[in-house]
Amino acid sequence: MNSSNNILEQELVVKSTTDNLALIREFTRTAAEKSGFSEETTGKIILAVDEACTNIIKHAYKNSSEGEINILVKFEDGKFIISITDEGLHFDPMQVPEPDLQEFVKEKRVGGLGIYLIRKMMDEVRYSTLTGNKNQVVLVKYLSR
Amino acid sequence: MADFNVNLRNIETVSVIEVKGYLDAHTAPELENIFNQLLDKKQFKVVVNFDELKYISSAGLGVFMAYVETMRENNGDIKFTNLKENVFNIFDLLGFPILYEFYKDEKEAVQKFNLQG
Repeated sequence: MNSSNNILEQELVVKSTTDNLALIREFTRTAAEKSGFSEETTGKIILAVDEACTNIIKHAYKNSSEGEINILVKFEDGKFIISITDEGLHFDPMQVPEPDLQEFVKEKRVGGLGIYLIRKMMDEVRYSTLTGNKNQVVLVKYLSR
Repeated sequence: MADFNVNLRNIETVSVIEVKGYLDAHTAPELENIFNQLLDKKQFKVVVNFDELKYISSAGLGVFMAYVETMRENNGDIKFTNLKENVFNIFDLLGFPILYEFYKDEKEAVQKFNLQG
């Protein structure tokens, strides 16, 4: 058997509008299913990618539809890696505290839930700044876990 | 492309919101509109029926967080019914069951309001 059978690499480039979230989820679903993830885990990966892209649209691009989001998925050696890149404003998710629902509700404040969900859904989450003022978040899920 | 639908009906003094399809950052404003309509009409007793909801992201969860306190300040509440397991798990992960009432079916939630008067 050819080992390249286990390798998958796909890319999606979309404009930064919430219109595209359905397309992003469909792209992610197809790639995760092809890589052999269960329905349940595929759902977790989809949610994490949706949340990451929603944050980019709202915070990096401040709801402007002119920005671009690049989503690259790879599956190799049991590792599903999603690299999401944007050229918007840099924001540091590490500065976002864990959400306290009680406080949020009392203050009628929302936000920060997405980053928390991403951390819960994925095995690894890495944020970085690339050359050319690009921001990248890399999400990893292991097939075996 | 995102397929979402929201329907509003009344059972006595209780407003029942049925959410269907995919509730994400794109479709959450449709749900906000419904809540704003309820506030305009001073209807604060709300049951949300999730029977046909397939997907929810934090943008959708945020809508319920943004309105629940106003409903409670006015002797009302937002109660949840008929959640699919995958949808409930997201609520659960964020600690919603501590702050919100969840019911298996709609009748039960509506009755709870009637008992409270």
